[in-house]
Amino acid sequence: MPSTPTSIEVSHLSVTYPNGHLALDDASFRLQGGCIAALVGINGSGKSTLLKALMGFVRPSRGSIRINDEDIASARAHSRVAYVPQNEEVDWSFPVNVRSVVMMGRYGHMNLLRIASREDQRIVTQCLEKVGLLDLQHRQIGELSGGQKKRVFLARALAQQAPIILLDEPFTGVDVTSEEAIITLLRQLRSEGALVLVSTHNLGSVPEFCDQVVLIRRSVLAAGPLEEVFTESNLKCAFGGVLRQFHFESSTIEDHDGKTVKLLTDDERPLVFGRGGHLEYRDRQGREQLVQKREEEAGS
Amino acid sequence: MNWSEPFSHPFMVEAFWLGALVSVTCAVFSCFLVLKGWSLMGDAISHAALPGIVIAHLLGMPLALGALAAALACSSLSQWITRSSSTKEDTAMGIAFSALFALGLVLYSRSDSELHLSHILFGNILGIEASARGQTIVASCLSLLVVLGRRRDLTLFCFDPIGAQAIGLNCRLLNLLLLATLGALSVAAMQAVGILLVVAMLITPGCTALLLCKNMGSALVVAAASAAIASTLGIYLSFFIDAATGPCMVLAQGLCFVLALLLRRLRLP
Ligand SMILES: Nc1ncnc2c1ncn2[C@@H]1O[C@H](COP(=O)(O)OP(=O)(O)OP(=O)(O)O)[C@@H](O)[C@H]1O
Ligand SMILES: [Mg+2]
Repeated sequence: MPSTPTSIEVSHLSVTYPNGHLALDDASFRLQGGCIAALVGINGSGKSTLLKALMGFVRPSRGSIRINDEDIASARAHSRVAYVPQNEEVDWSFPVNVRSVVMMGRYGHMNLLRIASREDQRIVTQCLEKVGLLDLQHRQIGELSGGQKKRVFLARALAQQAPIILLDEPFTGVDVTSEEAIITLLRQLRSEGALVLVSTHNLGSVPEFCDQVVLIRRSVLAAGPLEEVFTESNLKCAFGGVLRQFHFESSTIEDHDGKTVKLLTDDERPLVFGRGGHLEYRDRQGREQLVQKREEEAGS
Repeated sequence: MNWSEPFSHPFMVEAFWLGALVSVTCAVFSCFLVLKGWSLMGDAISHAALPGIVIAHLLGMPLALGALAAALACSSLSQWITRSSSTKEDTAMGIAFSALFALGLVLYSRSDSELHLSHILFGNILGIEASARGQTIVASCLSLLVVLGRRRDLTLFCFDPIGAQAIGLNCRLLNLLLLATLGALSVAAMQAVGILLVVAMLITPGCTALLLCKNMGSALVVAAASAAIASTLGIYLSFFIDAATGPCMVLAQGLCFVLALLLRRLRLP
């Protein structure tokens, strides 16, 4: 990890695609290292476009991006940013195995001939282990399931050991156990000072592991700490009428049920707001203070 | 008939090792070309090199330099056509390279040089001139060194150009490297089998190897080995059946490909 604090600063960013479509309009926000930030918005709101702009894959028509106070070209040349796209557009029949793909993430740290050192080998093994693919490391890359393929590229991004990691919808097509494992991994990266930016439209999982939120709908609607930004009114604004709502009447949470309600969904986690619009967390662990504050509020 | 007779003629011995050198270099490069999906580009660049070769010859410059310039001109021209109209990439490339090839033929017919068109079109490995031999050796050895030295970057670039960029590789440079190598090898292979068959040298061995191999390292070895065998076999047979050498080499490569295909059929149930 570098000595300079990691940061992303986007100011007045506009991106117009060659067909004239204005995908981002005057977007501004700032994020600082040691956090997991969620980039939240509906389909077509410009999440992928923003991440691509951060990588320099689409050229902004206006505005600027600074990464660690450098421009993006130099940040990329120094391997400061790792990126996992929403869909990998690679040749799946290519003659490489899983381990070699993950090793590619180390190229920025090697000499010109890209000869792996023992340290590189160790890091690659570790990253494969973290995403649970060590057993499959000698498989040809196309001989994996969709979720496993996604995890290979996540492992490659991890192997890059970049202080900034951009993940475009890493959880789509990934099962619950792998999702948990990836979340644990991201938390660990955060504690090491990394800046993780994750795009998602799965609202329920956001409070579970993110501490910052950037709400996006062509422009940045709101950005900042989860508690401030992730409010009912902001989300309604970002998602319009797209969100499905379940409103539990007081009859549902009667005293004789012990005031508990069970909510089942097929795979997406639900986002639950309590009375007065505060966020309900699934696990209270690590959030005792918040919960206590809430109880005090309820008591008074 | 004496089976070892071809090895007793100095010009045949030279053809054997020169053919092997050029074939092996092209074979190693062909793995990347095929994986990048640039097979048509190989055909295009080798044809488009003709005007460069004629002009370089008239100016007394190394032919490889002229071919290199023509190769870059061809790829920029087709890119420009694609960008400034809605023409598809392969169509644009077809237009660009056939126009350049025609330009080469016009230039050739207007200049009464001692360059033999038949040698350019069909190769002349048995009677190669000293200067052409030198250029071929230099172009082959340099290309081989560069491609092998940068093979890991090239692999990543062919496999996942976006990822390569994200990891911090200079993709524009790698693109240029592939193009320049293609130009240089077109000239080298032209000396052996002629412009019309260069594309075979530049794609067949790679295809053969990729039928059989599941990783890049072994693909490079198999491609090089099959090309060396095919080149030697082709030259050897051409001596006895008294046929054009270049086409025999290419036929032998085709044979290797068919064998690989059968082998793969046998291995896969
Ligand atoms: N290559 C392109 N050319 C033109 N328009 C594009 C292109 N890519 C995306 N767009 C448009 O830009 C807008 C933003 O697209 P983007 O991919 O950033 O959305 P997203 O937020 O990532 O959506 P999703 O949740 O579906 O991934 C969309 O309206 C889309 O139609
Ligand atoms: Mg997207």
